[in-house]
Amino acid sequence: MSTQSTRMAARFMVAPSVIVLFIWMIVPLAMTAYFSFRLYRLLSPDRTGWVGFNNYVWFFNSPDFWLALTNTLLLVGGVLVITVVLGILIALLLDQPVKGQGVLRILVIAPFFVMPPVAASIWENLFMHPQNGLFAAIARGFGAQPILFLENYPMPSVIGIVAWEWLPFATLIFVTALQSLSSEQLEAAEMDGASAFNRFRYIILPHLTRAITVVILIQTIFLLGIFGEIFTTTQGGPGSASTTLPYMIFKQAIVAKDIGRAAAGGIIAVILANIVAYFLMRGIGRHLDA
Amino acid sequence: MGKIQLRQVRKSFGDVHVIPGIDLDIEDGEFVVFVGPSGCGKSTLLRLIAGLEDTTSGVIEIDGNDATHLPPAKRGLAMVFQSYALYPHMTVRKNIAFPLKMAGMSPEEQEKRVERAAKVLNLTNYLDRRPGQLSGGQRQRVAIGRAIVREPAAFLFDEPLSNLDAALRVGMRQEISELHQSLKTTMIYVTHDQVEAMTMADKIVVLNAGNIEQVGSPLTLYHTPKNIFVAGFIGSPRMNLIEGPEAAKHNAHTIGIRPEHIGVGDGPWEGVVGLSEHLGSDSFIKVDVPGLGVINVRAAGELNVHHGDRIKLAPTGKIHRFDDKGLAL
Ligand SMILES: Nc1ncnc2c1ncn2[C@@H]1O[C@H](COP(=O)(O)OP(=O)(O)O)[C@@H](O)[C@H]1O
Ligand SMILES: [Mg+2]
Repeated sequence: MSTQSTRMAARFMVAPSVIVLFIWMIVPLAMTAYFSFRLYRLLSPDRTGWVGFNNYVWFFNSPDFWLALTNTLLLVGGVLVITVVLGILIALLLDQPVKGQGVLRILVIAPFFVMPPVAASIWENLFMHPQNGLFAAIARGFGAQPILFLENYPMPSVIGIVAWEWLPFATLIFVTALQSLSSEQLEAAEMDGASAFNRFRYIILPHLTRAITVVILIQTIFLLGIFGEIFTTTQGGPGSASTTLPYMIFKQAIVAKDIGRAAAGGIIAVILANIVAYFLMRGIGRHLDA
Repeated sequence: MGKIQLRQVRKSFGDVHVIPGIDLDIEDGEFVVFVGPSGCGKSTLLRLIAGLEDTTSGVIEIDGNDATHLPPAKRGLAMVFQSYALYPHMTVRKNIAFPLKMAGMSPEEQEKRVERAAKVLNLTNYLDRRPGQLSGGQRQRVAIGRAIVREPAAFLFDEPLSNLDAALRVGMRQEISELHQSLKTTMIYVTHDQVEAMTMADKIVVLNAGNIEQVGSPLTLYHTPKNIFVAGFIGSPRMNLIEGPEAAKHNAHTIGIRPEHIGVGDGPWEGVVGLSEHLGSDSFIKVDVPGLGVINVRAAGELNVHHGDRIKLAPTGKIHRFDDKGLAL
């Protein structure tokens, strides 16, 4: 695929899908941008018009916005740290030759197939519930007061739930990456006198960098938009303690029925995502090249 | 020092007895080659010595100390793997320095040793490259470099040349031999290629199905093979093995005659030339002799015979005699 004519043909062939994808992306984005500069409230549909940057200004002046921004980044960062660290540890365990390895792997992957609201419900009602939850039962077993997870620690609770959901994905990628590590490299390191920790530090971890990069990039995309888990559990509360940017946009659109402000929030979220993407690619994107 | 002794060493994977029991002495400074067909347990034996596999039973002594249960790093041996097993994300310099770094050596001393090894192995210009940017032969040299900087008691090589093309293989073979001459360190070298074994070894260990068939110098194995297996394995082309009445004339079940010990011209055997290969320096011909089967003949220089010619053959050198169990008489 390197002659002039094959390159031309290749461009010609991919053009339709590129064009469709571009339209697919640009139309909703343009509409959101358009609404973000308009007064458009569903409760008073007859009052419309251009309002300039008012919708944006409202966001930046709202104290909830900065909290939501912090919470969003906290959620992304917290889940990434937990899933990458635990994912690598579990992957190392799963890579050991044990009986029933296949079943074990399926069990580890299973949480990934539970849809987010269901997962959140399970955690809220079966684990974190102050009367019926497993954690409460354990706490009482030790004679302690049950912890009010969703009331007192809303953000950590949400981070925990989301991390639980994404851990299998990270683990799966890491297990696959570990399997592609030649055992001779590890044996060579062993002969070279590397302890188990040093083998991990100098051989396994460098081997995993690309997998870690992939996990971080893919998860970030999805984590920036986490909504269902918050909606099912804390509803962004108590107060606004666990409100994230997507949840704040939802409140503007569905609760306050202010499409203009919601659209402005949407554009801010897109800009935030791009900033995050920029720094991620600058920081770790080079690991994607062979 | 690098004296290695194996006493009744056994290895089984489940109920597959890969090594049914081996006794072997390897003297300090010796170049020992384990040779045998694929799957005969050469790598397994080497890995047992390295400590990468646990013995099922038996004792491995290194310099007189029981090393059977020592971890690989504590045995003072260095290994060069068939796949080189270089660390792909480290530069050549870091690859070679890795064992020194793991031993906690100071960076200056590391650097000094790496430079020295690089000079010996012609790698000085490649120290800052990654393994992926090197040719096969250079990677092989890096792997050797990583082994020599540690100044081990013995080197273990597992088919180190099998991933190289023929020309490079000959070159590297000589380099490894020269390295042995200059370092005088014990080397154990695994190969399935009898030419490598014959050219490099002080002592060849012929393995078959996990058993030692014979231990000896290359020429001992060539001149006095203990059994049919060794006779057939050592030497190229293979020794001609003849059974039946012709063998009975020599009071043997089987007789063996090397292709280079058969003369063309006059003689008791007559046959039709099948394949003939003319290399200039040598001629290899296959002759179908009724009653004996296909006989390989190797003649020095040019030989003017071709496919379909009728020629006469005569044994001119030693005739090896074997009994019905395949043992030399
Ligand atoms: N880890 C293992 N598990 C089971 N069988 C093995 C293992 N390693 C080697 N073997 C078996 O042991 C025999 C000898 O293998 P190996 O030592 O690699 O042979 P060679 O190096 O002489 O070609 C082979 O039949 C192989 O299938
Ligand atoms: Mg092998």
